[in-house]
Amino acid sequence: MSINNDFRPTIVAFCCNWCSYAGADLAGSSRLAYPADVKIIRVPCSCRVNPMFILRAFEKGADGVILCGCHPGDCHYSTGNYYARRRMTLLFSMLDYLGVENGRTRVEWVSAAEGVKFSETMNSFVEKVRSLGPNVRLGDLRCKN
Amino acid sequence: MQELINRAKALLESGEVARVLGWRKGENVWDVEPAFFNNAEELENFVYNGFCGANLSKYMIEASKLEGKTLVFLKPCDTYSFNQLTKEHRVDREKAYIIGVGCKGKLKVENIDAKGILDVIGADYPDAAETLTVKTLYGDTEVSYKSAMLERCHVCKGKEHMVYDELIGESVDTIDADRFAEVAKIEAMSPEEKFAFFQSELSKCIRCNACRNVCPACSCRKCVFDSNKFDSAQKANTTSFEEKMFHIIRAFHVAGRCTDCGECSRVCPQGIPLHLFNRKFIKDINELYGDFQAGADIDARGPLTNFQLDDCEPDIVTKRG
Amino acid sequence: MQRIGVFVCHCGSNIAATVDVKKVVEMALLEQGVVHAEDYPYMCSEAGQSRIAAAVAEKKLTGIVVCSCSPRMHEATFRKAAERAGINPYMVEIANIREHCSWIHKDMVEATEKATILMRAAVAKVHLNAPLQAGESMVTKRALVIGGGIAGIQTAIDIADAGYKVDIVEKTPSIGGRMSQLDKTFPTLDCSACILTPKMVEAAAHENITIHTYSEVEKVAGFVGNFTVDIRKKARFVDIAKCTGCGVCQEKCPSKKTPNEFNRGLNNRSAIYTPFAQAIPNVPVIDTTACIKFKTGKCGVCEKVCQAGAINYAQQDEIITENYGAIVVATGFDTIKLDNYGEYAYGQSKDVITSLELERVMNAAGPTKGHLERLSDGKAPKEIVFIQCVGSRCSDDRGKPYCSKICCMYTAKHAMLIRDKYPDTNVTVFYIDVRTPGKNFDEFYRRAVEDYGVNYIKGQVGKVIPQPDGSLLVQGVDLLDQKQILKKADMVVLATAIEPNPDVRKIATMLTASIDTNNFLTEAHPKLRPVESPTAGVFLSGVCQGPKDIPETVAQAGAAAVKVIGLLAKDKLKTNPCTAKADELLCNGCSTCANVCPYGAISYETKLINDHGIREDRRVAVVNNALCQGCGACTVACPSGAMDLQGFSNRQILAEVDAICR
Repeated sequence: MSINNDFRPTIVAFCCNWCSYAGADLAGSSRLAYPADVKIIRVPCSCRVNPMFILRAFEKGADGVILCGCHPGDCHYSTGNYYARRRMTLLFSMLDYLGVENGRTRVEWVSAAEGVKFSETMNSFVEKVRSLGPNVRLGDLRCKN
Repeated sequence: MQELINRAKALLESGEVARVLGWRKGENVWDVEPAFFNNAEELENFVYNGFCGANLSKYMIEASKLEGKTLVFLKPCDTYSFNQLTKEHRVDREKAYIIGVGCKGKLKVENIDAKGILDVIGADYPDAAETLTVKTLYGDTEVSYKSAMLERCHVCKGKEHMVYDELIGESVDTIDADRFAEVAKIEAMSPEEKFAFFQSELSKCIRCNACRNVCPACSCRKCVFDSNKFDSAQKANTTSFEEKMFHIIRAFHVAGRCTDCGECSRVCPQGIPLHLFNRKFIKDINELYGDFQAGADIDARGPLTNFQLDDCEPDIVTKRG
Repeated sequence: MQRIGVFVCHCGSNIAATVDVKKVVEMALLEQGVVHAEDYPYMCSEAGQSRIAAAVAEKKLTGIVVCSCSPRMHEATFRKAAERAGINPYMVEIANIREHCSWIHKDMVEATEKATILMRAAVAKVHLNAPLQAGESMVTKRALVIGGGIAGIQTAIDIADAGYKVDIVEKTPSIGGRMSQLDKTFPTLDCSACILTPKMVEAAAHENITIHTYSEVEKVAGFVGNFTVDIRKKARFVDIAKCTGCGVCQEKCPSKKTPNEFNRGLNNRSAIYTPFAQAIPNVPVIDTTACIKFKTGKCGVCEKVCQAGAINYAQQDEIITENYGAIVVATGFDTIKLDNYGEYAYGQSKDVITSLELERVMNAAGPTKGHLERLSDGKAPKEIVFIQCVGSRCSDDRGKPYCSKICCMYTAKHAMLIRDKYPDTNVTVFYIDVRTPGKNFDEFYRRAVEDYGVNYIKGQVGKVIPQPDGSLLVQGVDLLDQKQILKKADMVVLATAIEPNPDVRKIATMLTASIDTNNFLTEAHPKLRPVESPTAGVFLSGVCQGPKDIPETVAQAGAAAVKVIGLLAKDKLKTNPCTAKADELLCNGCSTCANVCPYGAISYETKLINDHGIREDRRVAVVNNALCQGCGACTVACPSGAMDLQGFSNRQILAEVDAICR
């Protein structure tokens, strides 16, 4: 697939308040650039992210959705990211099963100290989604085009 | 069948149960329907035959609210649903008198129709027959019993009842296929093939809600698709979120709770193999988090309300190819 | 319909150099519901905040969006400003256009576009914000400490010294715990009893401390600040008020064949007993399983000899109910059972003992009066082998995966004490690693090796074989020299792994405190909140949280006390209003939400619900706002969407998603 350099994807990043949102703040204060295509939504914990939010983003035109939370074992609420991990694993597997490109979804654990990781993650994710091109399949899961 | 009616009458007469939840005869042998029977007279219309695929567990939600016990007939696979509903406090075990009925595989009339056998007027249902004699307007014809069975019976969960007060009749384990073979077949396809497959299947959906209404796991008092909590309830709007994402969200909501009873596929008027969604989740759960059968153990923690510290990461989806 | 004001901050040039703030203001005014928009160099300044207040008054704003730095920086500032201006602080949302926008993008068009989208998302969210009120709950100014070992005692004394009432509940007949069983302590070799007993006396004499020994926590209800606890005071059959502690009953008791728990079963005790001489309270209990009076009805010697008339065979267990504001768990540890370690011949030979048993052997009040002797024949051992990591750092499920932490140091202590007192006894230690982090710890270990000539061998012991002559053949391996070792020993001491007290599981369930796979209680945060349980109002002291030595235990006990004092010092607790809330009309009562709640904040009630005319009793989820911390795990677990999170509701987040993706 040829990479369309003019394609500006819409990317939604759900970040937990305690680790990843702070990691994104650190990326900002360290001036670690990543594409403006990424828009962050703050949630208290990765376990607050309902699969419906992700599907809704795709339905409304997102080309990629990424969920960032505290590293397993470091969740501010002890166990939230463990539940999120199972939920997202199953959701992503289902999307893959439906023939949706699995590069459009990602989970990454980013701590408050990992500004570099946040920036690198966003750069690589945007690059991946750009290579996949605009999201068509996830727009409508009845799969009517 | 007469034994079931006699036992039901005796339990009604003794006052042990206030009503009976079973299957009622329809116009044709195959169109039986779930029904409550309040007295011996009504029980004359009770039927138990090869077309009694309907899982009665879900009706126990309403029956649990009524005065007195309800006698309910459950086939082995139905008892998983009953257990799951008990676990979720949706049915009251104390309000149910469960007769575990024997099951030797249930039939799907469409499977007979599909063989070009037209104008079926009946089918006899002898015990454990190899062949099924189908009566049509043009005389009798024979088909193999197995070929007329519901999909779910080919992957039968076994002949044991998970919960009952008494057992009547014999069951046989009708499994003759790999439960996950169909899912594995799709998994092996290319993304384009997968997408094309689901596109052709899901585009048949007319959003009649039959799957949701029959599903024992879809037992919410009010479905998210009917509430305003997610802005997902929108009427007659073909471009709505609800329309587009219905099946995947429904499958996710029942993931870890679905017993794989197969009712969704049985009732779909469009013949969409809806069980392929649920079974994909079950396959993943079994492979990633260890074998789990919803409804088998009432005290077991569901896979989505549980975790292990060393669970796989979501990128396993990419890594396993 | 909300009347929303949008305030765009320049942050000097931090934002304004990359984001066209005027353009963002212009775009904001196009948004539905936005009745006011302005930009200002420093919104967080006094002047900036007063501009917000002025706009609220003039334009009758109901919601505020501030486009500025991270909410982690100034959300609280702007919420306070809103409150001062007369609108609910939770009607404020922040669009982070500095850290997430101006600081990482260089192109002005691109950055302005993104800032506009972030502003829109915040506006969309504010449309759905609802005023939230922080709740309040009262604090009962009394603490409960479960466990009367050194951890519990220290926590109780520290809390009591701050002026608050504390109750200690101890399961055994006396406080003192494991430390009372120890002979000497590392790294100073001072006598354990000499430093512990004054603390025990201090606790017992403290006007703010009530000690319930021979008692167990039976039931816990309530939440932080307001716990109600049932305590079972087991029948002692001895009246505490009358008993003088003279000890005659114990001397005269004819039933003397019960293994003495305090001495780890190495000798026997009477049926009426105090665990040890310095017990507090110094009042015996009758063990009904051993007492002849209870077994046959005939005896009653203790009653006859008791001058004080304190014996009461008719005494019954008593349940008392108390209220507490905070609960400290200090349930301590035990050594693991060695059933899985048959190769060490523990249980086959009396001369294979655990380190805790050696403590009793070396203690002057122990079964051998402090003489080091073989328990089989009373002879002085000439060769002693210590085996480290028995059940610790175990990779299979025979033992524990963790390091028990104290064994390296107490083995060095034992080795040194033996070599000091019995110079002609050889001591060999088989170890995997010697771990000595701690003040003066490595110096202590090196003294054992260098000054006392203890023979340390890096390697494991495969088997201990009792010999016909009564000695023990130790088969091991020296990993450094790569050779098999066969060593004859008179005594083998096993550094047995420690594990949390088995009762802790029951207690954790009652407290809804979480526990890890090794039964250690989980801390609220492994680094930053190590003495708090994730369950609000429950604190952790000592080994119940993880293996520790005495100084660490005492330090943690003090830290837990400070946390308790901090809580009890408040008259009322303000609760975070961003908590979960169940919609009773949608709730299935299925319990799924409660299964994922880390705080035990969700309970179920049967309520009469009026659902659009249908009136019926339904089981519905109820969230305790004092316990809920607002993570939202329940909201996703809930299949019907009945459970929602205030401040981060489904519709609010979806509105942000829609605004970003439109």
